[in-house]
Amino acid sequence: MPDHIADELAMFRQTLREFVSAEITPHALDWEEAGRLPRSLFARMGGLGYLGVRLSEASGGAGRDFRYTKILVEELVGSGSLGIAVSILAHAEFATKVVDRAGSDDLRKRFVAPAVRGELIGALGVTEPDAGSDVGAIRTRAVRDGDEYVVNGSKTFISNGNIADYVTTAVRTGEAGPRGISLVVIPTHTPGFTAAARLRKIGTHASDTAEIVFEDCRVPAANLVGDENGGFRLIMQGFEGERLVLSVMICAQMRLMFDAARRYGLERDVFGHPVLGFQAWQHRLADVLTTIEAAEALTERAVDLYVRGEEANSEISMAKLFSAEAAVGVAHDCAQIFGGSRYMEENLIARLQRDSLAFSVGAGTSEVMREIIARTNGLVPPRKAT
Amino acid sequence: MNILVCVKQIPDPAGPQELNNDNTLKREGKLILDESDSYGVEIALQLRDTAGEGEVTLISMSPGEPSGLRTALAMGADKAIHVVDDTLHGADALSTAKVLAAAVQRAGDYTLVIAATESTDGYTGTVPAQLAEILGLPSVTFAKSIRVEGGKVHVDRQTEAGYDVVEADVPAVVTVTAGVVEPRYPSFKGIMAAKKKPLETLAVSDLGLDLSSWGQNIVSVEDAPSRAAGEKIEDDGEAYLKIVEFLEEQKVI
Repeated sequence: MPDHIADELAMFRQTLREFVSAEITPHALDWEEAGRLPRSLFARMGGLGYLGVRLSEASGGAGRDFRYTKILVEELVGSGSLGIAVSILAHAEFATKVVDRAGSDDLRKRFVAPAVRGELIGALGVTEPDAGSDVGAIRTRAVRDGDEYVVNGSKTFISNGNIADYVTTAVRTGEAGPRGISLVVIPTHTPGFTAAARLRKIGTHASDTAEIVFEDCRVPAANLVGDENGGFRLIMQGFEGERLVLSVMICAQMRLMFDAARRYGLERDVFGHPVLGFQAWQHRLADVLTTIEAAEALTERAVDLYVRGEEANSEISMAKLFSAEAAVGVAHDCAQIFGGSRYMEENLIARLQRDSLAFSVGAGTSEVMREIIARTNGLVPPRKAT
Repeated sequence: MNILVCVKQIPDPAGPQELNNDNTLKREGKLILDESDSYGVEIALQLRDTAGEGEVTLISMSPGEPSGLRTALAMGADKAIHVVDDTLHGADALSTAKVLAAAVQRAGDYTLVIAATESTDGYTGTVPAQLAEILGLPSVTFAKSIRVEGGKVHVDRQTEAGYDVVEADVPAVVTVTAGVVEPRYPSFKGIMAAKKKPLETLAVSDLGLDLSSWGQNIVSVEDAPSRAAGEKIEDDGEAYLKIVEFLEEQKVI
């Protein structure tokens, strides 16, 4: 890596670390309690240019690559509240990147640029009550009527659904299956749009999650992202970035848990010496660290391929699968060293463990990851003619 | 309005600190901008922006890469002069002031030289006053706010009782008390711009100075005495009287 890029990455990390520790971490518990982030956080981070690092300069972003997103994710996870990272990234990556990449200049100007500045908050709406991993089965329908689409349907598990100003929404504009899907940006002030309920999750509490409903929502046809019925491909491409974000998030979360466990194991005395004085615990944490390093190495490889613009679907899926599945065990081991206090709400390790349960389903389930790995690595025999 | 800000790059105070054999601080690792200097940088940026013209130039003497200077450039300073020279290892406060003064004289016209009241690693608190003396400029210390108007600098100077209102002719050397403003975070644009900003690296010989020895050397370093145990009072229901008595003795109440 050239020195000037290494320097810039290092300065971005140091700046974010200071910002997170002074402006975010002290409020993390309040925001977990509130179930959402304040708009002021988006405005503050947007004003400093931290939300648009990977978005194009045409949209007011910095036009940098995923290595910068990786730093943003890692430092936000450092706040100890995964929900904060989820909410910010749902805005800065999931909802906006696809519009920036495939949308018109007009869409970039109206939706991406204000998102970069933190003035508008974005959400991505794909999952429905009857269609999660099976994106091709979504039912929310957009019917063209003159210069508008009329949208009816509902979405669920939508991060930022209650706080968003717009939802980048997957809708059915054509035939059944993946070839009839489009992406449309729907402002949440559109009559007929309702965020139906704040969903109560078992973790990532600072991230607002909603069910949203569209009833005869009339949206300008100009809000279509890319081509009509070309949405499935855009969503799948977007998922690569989203899964990479998740892989990075999981690795950072595992590091945080390991560091907490190690610190506690060295400090806490039991039977006259530190918990880590027991070889049983030394070896258990040695295993944990080895697992984390393996997850980080896979993730780093996927990031490297992705940044260089090479085919990375298989590697990203492996990084996400391995990290997400490992996180559950890592969380358990790292929490266990705390004894009874692992079960106490105010203990950071309890929150981290709870939050880590989101990983095997967020941005595609582990089962979908295995499916992609199988398909991209010649593990699926051709169908025999019947 | 051109403003010079003296800043120091120091080892991260949060990390473990080690001493060399000659009792000086080890400075081999990554150096960061001394937090106490970030207030002066912020005030300088505000003064420049209010004036609507001029430049903020950083002046620093420290070994190693200019990583801390880049942070201040990312905050918005315009350029930097960095004096790096192995012969300065262990330099005392007066020698430091001489080097900074020589660097200041290379920096062109200026209205103010701003510095922190003291550094976080050395804590001598004497360099700014020495610098003013060498430059033959007025020295105003412990500023909580600075305004430049009509060829004078107006400073609210923090005191134990409140603050003095002080004015002096410019150019002047002014030290800024830590915590009086909220230093800005470098924006991402600032971070991108920082590496393109002019940064002049100079050796002592470039400054026309001959400095290889100084009067002050650290003979030994002792640990601070550990705090003595306090007085314990068993509460028999009237312990509060003892507390009141103690506070009265200390003239707190």
